[in-house]
Amino acid sequence: MIGAEAIVKCLEKEKTDVIFGYSGVAIDPFWNKMLASDIKRVLIRTEQNAAHCASGYARISGKVGVCAVTSGPGATNLITGIATAYADSIPLVAITGQVNSDMIGSDVFQEADITGAVESFVKYSYLVRDVNDIPRIFKEAFFIASTGRKGPVLIDIPYDIQLSELTTKFNYPESISMRTYKPTVNGNMAQIKKVIKEVEKAKRPIICAGGGVHLSGAVEELRKFAELNDVPVVSTMMGIGVMPTDHPLYFGMVGNNGQAYANRAMNESDLLLMVGARVADRAVNRPDLITENKVMVHIDVDPAEIGKNVGPTIPLVGDIKHIFHDFLEMDDHADNHREWVKLLEKYKKENTSQKIESKDGYLDPKDFICKLSECMKDDAIYVADVGQNQMWSCECSKVRDGRFLTSGGMGTMGYSIPAAMGAKIAAPNKQVVAVIGDGAFQMSMMELATMRQYGIPVKIVVMKNGYLGMVREHQHFAYNDNYSMVELSGDPDLSLIASAYGMEYMKVDGNSDVVKDIKKFLKDDKSSLMEVVVDPMALTK
Amino acid sequence: MRKKVFQLLVDNNPGTLSRISGLFSRRGYNIESITAGTTADPRFTRITIVASGDDVILDQIEKQVSKLVDVRDIHELLPEDSVYRELALVKVRAEADQRQSILATADIFRGNIIDVSPDSLIIEITGNQSKIDAFLKLLEGYEILELARTGIAGLGRGTDKVIYLDE
Repeated sequence: MIGAEAIVKCLEKEKTDVIFGYSGVAIDPFWNKMLASDIKRVLIRTEQNAAHCASGYARISGKVGVCAVTSGPGATNLITGIATAYADSIPLVAITGQVNSDMIGSDVFQEADITGAVESFVKYSYLVRDVNDIPRIFKEAFFIASTGRKGPVLIDIPYDIQLSELTTKFNYPESISMRTYKPTVNGNMAQIKKVIKEVEKAKRPIICAGGGVHLSGAVEELRKFAELNDVPVVSTMMGIGVMPTDHPLYFGMVGNNGQAYANRAMNESDLLLMVGARVADRAVNRPDLITENKVMVHIDVDPAEIGKNVGPTIPLVGDIKHIFHDFLEMDDHADNHREWVKLLEKYKKENTSQKIESKDGYLDPKDFICKLSECMKDDAIYVADVGQNQMWSCECSKVRDGRFLTSGGMGTMGYSIPAAMGAKIAAPNKQVVAVIGDGAFQMSMMELATMRQYGIPVKIVVMKNGYLGMVREHQHFAYNDNYSMVELSGDPDLSLIASAYGMEYMKVDGNSDVVKDIKKFLKDDKSSLMEVVVDPMALTK
Repeated sequence: MRKKVFQLLVDNNPGTLSRISGLFSRRGYNIESITAGTTADPRFTRITIVASGDDVILDQIEKQVSKLVDVRDIHELLPEDSVYRELALVKVRAEADQRQSILATADIFRGNIIDVSPDSLIIEITGNQSKIDAFLKLLEGYEILELARTGIAGLGRGTDKVIYLDE
């Protein structure tokens, strides 16, 4: 057995069912041996999107996403995708081909020090020096990627290693124990008891749910705990969907771009359970406010997150699913916080968001997104890109039993189309809709070919305003409408783009019967593209 | 701002040192000195890092370093429970008429003369940082041509925190 076969074997052992990637001489031995495997292969159109596809796949399947590309530029193109996954703690294993072992360091053709280059965006990386290490390294890589605070792991494999024979028998380790890597799973019981006591004592408790709740698979436990104890829930951007949008205990997204009533709820609480959230600047721009006059509990699997941006009263390290399971076991009497919930309901009613007028033939983007999400299936997957469309999506889309995906930490434009493709492959029976601006669309529209090649039906909504809207909005406020580098006057005719890729196309504007058009757009499980004409001067706030 | 001395025990894997120093630079932590060398068991390396920052930063340093996959242990070497040593090599200009007084100063600090040339000396001195600082201060009247300091290496006293490596 040669190294390349061993890699395929390892992936089969890990029950990988799809690999996103790109070809190149340095990774060819691997792709060649993949021909004999049942693992699905998806040839994307630029390497960055291989990582985004794997990320969308990982977030929906709950498994580790896998991508593989060649050395040099193939590997460096992958970096943005890896960094995006790292910022949102998405488990990936990225495989890169490398030049021959004896040439490493001599700047030969398509050589790049990829383990060095991705160092700050991976949980760990390997450069394979001995072909016999492949089984151990893959076992470790999948283990590291999928445990503790999840994240990407990169394995760089020189060409000659892929081609050389193993001198020991291929033996994939059944279990694994790493001397130096032992993530905490169970929460400290004494701390858990303390938290339960605080919940019993609190008059105005609130849970702020972050992306960690999804990553830990703790959605059900958290909902149950909130319902049992009558505790309202707000979320960060990554935590959207932990509670259905219309849940009576859900009070919106916090942060700069969140709902005012969500921030108010968090600030006025006397007990804040921050769950699987980093407390980063966009979610909490004044960390002092969320610790003032209240007990703050920070629950996270990563001990380094606790105390990084805000000093909690009660730190609780461990896997959220386990911790909430313990909460539910220990806490059997239902509490009642009706008055507090009623107050939050009042705040919510008072604070209806401002409508954007549908004038001059433009469509109100907020109203559109609201209607779009209402017409989508209950368990649909909504993938928001980055920019104004993302803010409108966060505010107005309604999640029921589905999921809401977006690039939160890194804010990588062009994430939504490849992530939606990965999500669709993970859940072929679900409706997947990507909502993207015309700027980011042009960063990722090459993947329409991949969708066509493999029959990956994704619905794409392009909000077209001829501007990089989010930055334009910033320049409107910060630079008195002196716009620089934000105008997209060369935008292509999207109907021609759609037809070039054999997709159905439709356009809605201020004069359209929007609901009827949306229903038509969503009627089947085929790729199609909808252009939504939005006022270039529309704001998110 | 205060200083803390951290002792790390890490797997002797390729790239470990660069992962640790990279973490310090990308998160903007201050490193005063770092020393590393293999332990009695060649699978492991012991690293002593002197870092400075406020309490939040120093706490983050410990947590973030601890998260690195290669790091087996990190703990603070408290001054009262630990010994620190640093080695410095000092090349100082020593004309014939200065030589005796430099030698006398070196002698008080138990420095060794490890090279003598017609117009310079190299003195080797070992001790904690304040001893070396004091010695260098005394040499201020002379011309220090070159100076090489290793940064400190440290160990905790006694057997309480010893990690046994036999697994």
